[in-house]
Amino acid sequence: MRRFLDRFLAYRAGMTAGLYVLFLIAVAIAAALWPGIDPHEISDRAMVAPSMAHLLGTDELGRDVLLGLIYGVRVSLTVGFSAALAATVIGVLIGAAAGFYGGWLDLVVMRISEVFQVVPGFIMAAVIIALSGPGLSRVVMVIALLAWPQIARLMRGEVMRVKQLEFVDAVRCLGVREWVILGTEVIPNSLAPVLAGATLIVAQAILLEASLSFLGLSSADIISWGRMLNSGQRFLFNAPWLSIFPGFAIFITVLAFNLLGDAVGSALNPKTQR
Amino acid sequence: MRAYLLARLGWAVPIVIAILIINFLIIHLVPGDPIQALVGDFPTPPGYAEQIRKEYGLDQPLLTQLWLYLVNLAGGNLGFSFANRQPVLPLILDRARFTLLLMLPALTCAAVLGVVLALAAAPRAGSLYDSSVTAISLIGFSVPIFWLGQILIIAFAIKLRWLPAQGMISLRETLTGWAAVADVLWHLVLPGFSVTIYYIAVVARVARASVLDALSQDFVLTAKAKGLSGRYVLWRHVLPNALIPVATVIGYNFGYSLTGAILVETVFAWPGIGNLFIASIGNRDYPVLQGIFLLTAVAVVLANVVTDMLYAVLDPRVRGSYGKNA
Repeated sequence: MRRFLDRFLAYRAGMTAGLYVLFLIAVAIAAALWPGIDPHEISDRAMVAPSMAHLLGTDELGRDVLLGLIYGVRVSLTVGFSAALAATVIGVLIGAAAGFYGGWLDLVVMRISEVFQVVPGFIMAAVIIALSGPGLSRVVMVIALLAWPQIARLMRGEVMRVKQLEFVDAVRCLGVREWVILGTEVIPNSLAPVLAGATLIVAQAILLEASLSFLGLSSADIISWGRMLNSGQRFLFNAPWLSIFPGFAIFITVLAFNLLGDAVGSALNPKTQR
Repeated sequence: MRAYLLARLGWAVPIVIAILIINFLIIHLVPGDPIQALVGDFPTPPGYAEQIRKEYGLDQPLLTQLWLYLVNLAGGNLGFSFANRQPVLPLILDRARFTLLLMLPALTCAAVLGVVLALAAAPRAGSLYDSSVTAISLIGFSVPIFWLGQILIIAFAIKLRWLPAQGMISLRETLTGWAAVADVLWHLVLPGFSVTIYYIAVVARVARASVLDALSQDFVLTAKAKGLSGRYVLWRHVLPNALIPVATVIGYNFGYSLTGAILVETVFAWPGIGNLFIASIGNRDYPVLQGIFLLTAVAVVLANVVTDMLYAVLDPRVRGSYGKNA
């Protein structure tokens, strides 16, 4: 009974997180399609506390905080998903090649991924963005650069396991070429753990983008949650709502992707399967 | 033991070299002239840019440049900060003291708290208490540390007025002796707690798993069979074995805590490396940014090596098994 309850709870947390992510995607799409609303619009109602007219208050230029949050979803999700996708593609290809062919290739890849594991990633990302200039695509590239080794390690381990399985030998006996075996048999059968890893990278990417924007390392004319916290920092005393709500949005979103990643991981793990 | 230590040092050397090369490549990321990255965005004295250009061989092939860069680093030359009017290396080392002052007490508290939470939670695996410890560690992994800092300021400094919101010392009065120490500790509470939360999460998660693991070992059963009390077994047999992974996870996460400290410092105006970092971003003082990356990365590698050594000291099985294989 207790075990059942645990499973149910884990399942429910993952479900709730999944629903929340779907909700965010819907919000991002709705904000993109809704005509005539400009979150940058400046009004003379500056620094108004949360009220019926402005549910989450307004900032120092009279911009609505709730509207900012809604438009910020797009930045967070875009960065999160594209960085995770890029890291996953790179990680899968490199990790699979390393695990399948082994030898010096494997050695080199593992050493490089070790370097990225040790290097303080956030500081490196901040230095690169500070030197090369802000921009969402740059942020995505830097995060992908930092995160691919995680996927590569997962992939490598799984490929090393899968390539020894009998069905691979069976295909080999049919005279199929090695790289075709890797592409059509081994990689598709090794992707399960990568899926969970990629979901966790979405969480890391959203947090990292928010941290960079918080330090002011994003372009000032793009509304993002981290950027809102950056300007909120100056008004902690008179307008705490400028910090409380955007930060809470980051927290809940990162938490959701972490929960989702854990749930995906345990759902795909044969050891915990029902 | 010696073979083990040499192997770990042998691991660190190529990593440090890789970090140096990454840092060198970052110079060339600046759009336009790489001299910008070496000097910063500053009106410099006439001839200084030329001197740097020559020193780093910017008109030479890339490999020669890399070599000259390494030669400069080997001499302890990390460049000059025009914003602060002093060389980068002493500047960063000076600020590092304050960052360590923030980090070390926070790490100690986090280690103790994390282990205590885990010790309390693990024997009751599956209980509500255990689930809440798991929940705490999940929150610790997800909360943006700078936002946590802001919330703490709003709650404890602005609303309740219990603790100071900013800085490391009270500026209104000049304190000496123990009063000054107490004053710094007083300012340390909120930023320290912000740094701690992630670490409590990491330590609690690992400690919980390793306590659970130790609880299921044969020696625990033996100790219980001898009639020792559950509490005695927990403290004398389970804890020492469970502490080994905890010690390593603290060392391996040194880089994360540095990052956390940097973000927290900007929220609390703590005068450490983080504050220097954000000021240098604002000033486009690139040599300082690069210097901070280089020194923190090397510090993290060192922390890893020290952790490995500690691991060997704590767990005789590690060095023993290494000797046999090597």
